[in-house]
Amino acid sequence: MSLKQTPLNAAHRVLNAKMGDFGGWDMPVNYGSQIDEHHQVRKDCGMFDVSHMRVVDVRGAGVRSFLRYLLANNVDKLTFSGKALYSCMLLENGGVIDDLIVYFMNEHWFRIVVNAGTADKDIAWMKQQAAKHLPQLDITDHPELAMIAVQGPSARAKVWEALPGSRESTEKLASFSAVEMGTMFIARTGYTGEDGFEIMIPAKEAASLWATLAEKGVKPIGLGARDTLRLEAGMNLYGQDMDESINPLEAGLAWTVDLKSERNFIGKAALLSNPPTRKLVGLMLLDRGVLRGHQQVVTAHGAGEITSGSFSPTLEKSIALARVPKNVQIGDSVQVEIREKLLNAKVVKYPFARNGKGLI
Amino acid sequence: MSNPVNIPGNLKFTSSHEWVKTEADGTVSIGITQHAQELLGDMVFVETPEVGRKLKAKEECAVVESVKAAADIYAPVNGVVTAVNSELDSTPEDINADPYGSWMFRMKPDNPADVAALMDAKAYQAVVDSEAH
Repeated sequence: MSLKQTPLNAAHRVLNAKMGDFGGWDMPVNYGSQIDEHHQVRKDCGMFDVSHMRVVDVRGAGVRSFLRYLLANNVDKLTFSGKALYSCMLLENGGVIDDLIVYFMNEHWFRIVVNAGTADKDIAWMKQQAAKHLPQLDITDHPELAMIAVQGPSARAKVWEALPGSRESTEKLASFSAVEMGTMFIARTGYTGEDGFEIMIPAKEAASLWATLAEKGVKPIGLGARDTLRLEAGMNLYGQDMDESINPLEAGLAWTVDLKSERNFIGKAALLSNPPTRKLVGLMLLDRGVLRGHQQVVTAHGAGEITSGSFSPTLEKSIALARVPKNVQIGDSVQVEIREKLLNAKVVKYPFARNGKGLI
Repeated sequence: MSNPVNIPGNLKFTSSHEWVKTEADGTVSIGITQHAQELLGDMVFVETPEVGRKLKAKEECAVVESVKAAADIYAPVNGVVTAVNSELDSTPEDINADPYGSWMFRMKPDNPADVAALMDAKAYQAVVDSEAH
């Protein structure tokens, strides 16, 4: 099957990017050095093509009540237009269909951004649930929208330089909220642990925005660095840290699940009747080596497994997220099996790094 | 596609992207090629074999890890490990900057003819070219 291309594909190739398959899309892994790109975002700013992510608009009367039932987090937390919420969408058994960001625009329009690899099944699920509960809702995805993330301590200032009028529109924009500006939808969100914007823009305008940002000195950053940035920031990656076989309480996402209110939502009964036996923790490798997904973790309370692991450019050590028995505590010494050897690691609190700084 | 690949003519090569250089004392130095380091990206970890270890050709004997992935290094010929480059422990990025200057370990081959039988630069170039398609 041939890979899908974003409107910026030609721009990546001009820059001689190393390309790779991300959820069926031909995307830049890096433009040279992944580590340099990582530091660029922590220290200054950079831009990512994340056009493979899918925008889904849910419109119609009753959309809030539908999403109150569809999502594990509670959209009633969204009290003003533009406000965003991170949530999982669950199966009845509590397994995670996808993690997403939902924006409240008005009582007839919520916008959802989902992962590339899961977009089609997500939309099918949303439509199936809507058909059962609120069939008049309009659920439309927008593959014609590109998305450019500009991230880093100087990201906002660079966007203001590049986009006339954007400073006026977004200077007062609170973190985790969004505003429309002309054909663009500008959100103060991201997946790096740094400040910045994610800009949704019609495909035909994307290359021009990319070029303008480049002229202002914004460096392109590949999805390789995006992965080490999000891991340092302690952000889950769907398909690695959780999937349909894992519920959010065992994926470090209890903070995104509202079990306190009376509200019913898909997966709630399963979460209440199956108290978690495992949890997600941070690991830091003490011996020499690199932690990777699927490596086995030996703890005093039983076995665990690394879900995401890599080298942390900020800490210059190997770090990981791991799912372990729930009695494992921060500070515990554990061992990780790497190439048939047991290496020493420590259980640490994550995030590992955010806002330009290592936190461990 | 990729950048022009610089392949020194005085070295021998394996299809698993190791380079092999015969030293004056008859031992061989082994590292990974420009093409291999480019595929892997930024190196962050190197694990070398123990000095004195006997190796069979094509045996896994060392590991390099980049931010992205781990890759096994294979012995190019039968022989014994005589030295390792422990400087790479603290500066694995040297492999990216100078792949043909960054030897990982040295072996005394059981039979020098095995080294002579490895691929030359031209044959290795053909391997790299075939992977590009």
